[in-house]
This record gives sequence, C-alpha cells and structure tokens, in this order.
Amino acid sequence: MNQAVSPEKVAPAAEIAAAAIAAATVQAETKAASPAPQPSIFHHARYVIGENPVTGLAFAIFLLIVICAVFGPWIVPYDPLASNEATLAPPSAIHWFGTDQLGRDILSRVIVATRLDLAIAVASVALVFLLGGVSGVAAGFFGGWIDRLVGRLADTIMAFPLFVLAMGIVAALGNSVTNIVLATAIINFPLYARVARAEANTRRNAGYVLAARLSGNTEMRILLAQILPNVMPIMVVQMSLTMGYAILNAAGLSFIGLGVRPPTAEWGIMVAEGAAFMVSGEWWIAFFPGAALVLAVFCFNLLGDGLRDIVDPQRRT
Amino acid sequence: MLQTIGRRLLTVIPTLIGVIVVTFLLTRVLPGDPAVYFAGPAATPQSIEEIRKKLGFDRPLPEQFVYYVSDLAKGNLGNSLSTGQSVVEEVATRLPASAELTLFGLFVAMVIAVPLGILAAVKQGSIIDHACRVIATLGVSLPVFFTGLLLVYVFYFLLGWAPAPIGRLDIFYSTPDRVTGFYLIDSLLAGDVETFRAALAQLILPVVTLAIFSIAPIARMTRAAMLSALSSEFVRTARASGLSPYRVVITYAFRNAMLPVITTFGMVFSFLLGANVLVEKVFAWPGIGSYAVEALIASDYAPVQGFVLTMAILYVMLNLAIDLLYGVIDPRVRLEG
Repeated sequence: MNQAVSPEKVAPAAEIAAAAIAAATVQAETKAASPAPQPSIFHHARYVIGENPVTGLAFAIFLLIVICAVFGPWIVPYDPLASNEATLAPPSAIHWFGTDQLGRDILSRVIVATRLDLAIAVASVALVFLLGGVSGVAAGFFGGWIDRLVGRLADTIMAFPLFVLAMGIVAALGNSVTNIVLATAIINFPLYARVARAEANTRRNAGYVLAARLSGNTEMRILLAQILPNVMPIMVVQMSLTMGYAILNAAGLSFIGLGVRPPTAEWGIMVAEGAAFMVSGEWWIAFFPGAALVLAVFCFNLLGDGLRDIVDPQRRT
Repeated sequence: MLQTIGRRLLTVIPTLIGVIVVTFLLTRVLPGDPAVYFAGPAATPQSIEEIRKKLGFDRPLPEQFVYYVSDLAKGNLGNSLSTGQSVVEEVATRLPASAELTLFGLFVAMVIAVPLGILAAVKQGSIIDHACRVIATLGVSLPVFFTGLLLVYVFYFLLGWAPAPIGRLDIFYSTPDRVTGFYLIDSLLAGDVETFRAALAQLILPVVTLAIFSIAPIARMTRAAMLSALSSEFVRTARASGLSPYRVVITYAFRNAMLPVITTFGMVFSFLLGANVLVEKVFAWPGIGSYAVEALIASDYAPVQGFVLTMAILYVMLNLAIDLLYGVIDPRVRLEG
C-alpha cells in the first residue's frame, strides 16, 4: 500500500510533520530558527503549482510580461512613435495588430507600453507597501494613539469611492504620472494598513515576542526584528493581489485623460484613442491594448491567489 | 428601532467631517496654488492674485476652513469656469442620469449574481460552480471601459441591435418632462411608451457593462456566505426535519447569508461610482462623471471638488442605509445595537 502513494502525496505530509516540529520550537517563526522551513516552502510551492496548473500558466504569462517590460524597445518590429504610410490598416502579416489612425504599429506600441504600465503599478504598490505596511504594523503593535490615528486615516479614505478619490487627488496635485502613482498608493492605503495591523496585533504577545522582551530587547527592536519579518509573507501576497487593481486603476485614470499624455504608448490611453474608431468598425486599435491590459490583470490576480495558497493555505477559497 | 437609527446617524458625523476635511485639504494644503486652478489655464498673475483675495486664500487656513464649511452649508460649491454655471445646479441636473445608470446596473448585477452564487454553493463542484469561479475571476480582470467598447463594437457595429452610444436618448425623441429625472420613470409617467423604449435601448449596453463588472464580487461573496450558512447546524436540523430543499436553502440558509452579501453591495457600489465615470465617457452619458472628466481636462477645479464631495456623501449615505437594513434583516443586529 505504502509504495502506491505518489511522491506528490507524500510531500504535504512530510511538510506538515516539518511544520509541527518547527512550531514546537519557541522561535518557530523567526528566520534564524532552523533551516528546515526553507526547503519545505519550496516543496510546498511546487506542490501547489502542480496541484493548480492555472498558477503555472499565470507564472508563464508573468514571465512574458516581464520580458516585454525589460526588453520591449529592443524586440519590437517597428518604432512605436513612427508613422507608416498605411493608416488604420487591419491586422495583417506585416502589422500583426494593425496600425492606428496615424499609421503607428499597434503591436510595437502594446509591447513598449508594458514597461510604463508595469512601472506605474510596481511603484505605487511598493509605495503603499512601505507606507501602509509600516503604519499598520506600528498601529497593531503599539496600539494607543498610533492605532487610532491610522484607523481614522484609513476610515476617512474608505469613506470615498476609491476611483473618485484618485481622480480628485490627481486633479489637486497636478496631472502627471508621478501623481497617478501617488493617488493609486493612497487609495490602497487602508487595505494594507488593515492587513498589517491585524497581523501585527495577533503577534504582539506571541511567545517569541515575550521571550524577546524578557531578554531585554527594546520595543522598537522587537517590532523590526520579530514582528516585521513575520508579517512580511502576508503583505507580499497582498502586494500581488493588489497589483492587478493598481494596473486597472492607472489605466482607468489615463483612459479619462489623466497622467500619461499622447503620443506616449500606454494601454489605457491607447484604448481611449481607439474608442472613437470602435463605432466605425476599426476594432483593433482599442482591442489589442485592452486585451494586453486584461491579460496582465488576470495574470496578477491568478498569481496572487496562487501565492496566497502557498503562504496562507487557510484563506484559500 | 428609532434609537438605533439615531445612534447610527450620529456615527455618520465624524465620517462626514473627515470627508469634508479631505476635500478641503485636497484644494488648499497640497502643493500647487489653488488660485491658479480656480483661475484656469489662461490666467495672468494679477487675475490670480485677485482670485486669491476674492476666495480668501490670503487668510490663515482655519479661517479658510470656516468659510469653506459655511459655503457648503449654504449649498454653494462655487462656479464652473468653462460653463460659468453653479456647480451645485449642474450636479443636481446631471445626477439623475448617473443614478439611473448606477442603480439599474447594480440591480441587474444583483438579479444575476445572487442566484448564481446560491446555485454555485448548493451544487458545489458542479459546472455552475466552475462557471461562477471563472466569471468571478474574469469579471475583476476586465476594465469597464474595455468591456463597454467591446459591447459597442459587437452590438452596435456588428449586429446593429443597440443604438449608437450617444447618451441617454436618441435625438429624434424629446426629453420627457422632468419629475424624477429618471427617463425611464418620467416617460412612463407621461404615458410615452415610445420614449420609454428609446431610453431603455440607450441604457442597456452601459447597464450591462456595469453589471458584468459587479457580478463578480457579488457572486463570489454570495457563494462564500451560502457555503458557510449551508454547513451550519441549523441547516442540518432543518434538512433532518424533512423541510423542502427550497425552504432550507432560501428561508434558512439564504436569510442568514444575506448580511455579508449586503455588505458586499456597499463595496460594489463604491466601485460602481468609480466605474460609472469610465462608462459615462465610453457611452457619452451626460452624468456627473463625464462632467467631472470634462472639468478635469480643462483644469477647472470647482466642479471636480463638487463631484468628489457629492460622490463621497452619496457613498456615506448608502453605507448608512445598508447598516440600517441590517437591523431589518437580522434581529440580532437590532438587539445588539
């Protein structure tokens, strides 16, 4: 009987055993505890991806997106800003995605736009990770006035319809890409602050924190050395889950004419440029950048779900 | 009950204060000169200085805040530069267009998503369940402006079923007399079936766009809430007592699953108010969203500020209504409140 059990089925069992042993040690969650969790996470990741091929697919799309973002300008067949003689040409062997009203090659523009779209999303998510993560962890760990202040701030932001608030922020700060990043970060703040707060709050009196406190560590040191590293995995999952939303938000803002200006290649603005041609049948101008947008967001949502399954299997839905 | 409502109303006050402070801060404290915004793009240094004096920007901040709040209390949100109209009037005339679209969209999404979620939970692991999951993941990945454009291409250009995306009513029809501002209701009140049909035809595509966008979170939440309700002991007891499956699912399980679903409506409504702006742009819908977008492009700040404030107040009011609805649906909330 035992020999019939496939290696995939063994992996989680072994991992549970490893986790049980690890949990028994007081400093289970700290990185220095034991080298055991390291291979276990890797095995678990392989198990999850094997179990859910969709995550593998999402990872492949993710790689494609990263390649386009990094090498985009060198792999495109045409100059994304240069006009060709054929304007409004439908997709063909020469122009795979067709050309727009100025005769620019849409395939080249879609690929080149990847870098800007991804940069906006990554920058805003990194910013809110820093702001929301640090203030949320501080709120959950220290409690008191910091907690009330962060909570009130998050509540006030949540009182607005978020996209509308982002419009207001960009309008007030000025119409630029930097401010799109800032606005996207601000509207995501409550989400990050709340997750970080909840995670830090449940750990503020955990065994290893008490042990660290007893051995004379300052509160600040406990926060940085014990709490923060343990909250990190959940926050990273949060990042990849909100990445898709950040891309959508930025594209939406540029669709209504904020931030990125023509002739810059960016998915949102390209869809906006193609919108007028949709009623006269030139579908490819708006379709391909829109499809790229959908693919990117879809990929990040799936990746986020997959990553959550690895880091936090209990929240699996 | 009245006491509960009163107490809940009190909790709205700090939120409203927060909203007003933020909209105030957005204009006054952040980098950039508000007088320049209010003066518009073609302003001279003298005219900017004049506007600064006139609007009281040379005074200290707390004093400005007092003026701002007292203006708000008088229902004065300033005037738009490009049209010269009062922002309050403009928002009031355009609000019904947006409200008709948003509410109709939410209604359609609810009618589709709630049964879908219930079915997915009852027949867990079936085709409906998988379809529900695919729809939920796809729905959150589709940008509304893109869905809207695709629908226009397919149903207007290819099939010719839908009218051109040119606003609330085709130019051949006359606007019904304004009673509620909702064309569907007003045309029916006037007994004008032709206009009702035309208005409905214009509404369908934008409403479907909004619905596709909001089905995902509602269906997902309904499914999750129903799953936890169905696995509870009172459902097992009800089943064991031989009640009909319909009774068990709807009366016992669904009534208990309704609270999280209704909370999701609040969240979805927030998304819808934002998505509305994009959909209005795609369908040339004359609502407050397109008003704000036009103003944004023209750096005309007063309408944008009025728009953000109106949306926030609407949203706060909706959350209040949802909280009160809790008490109606679930007596336990009433008792605890």
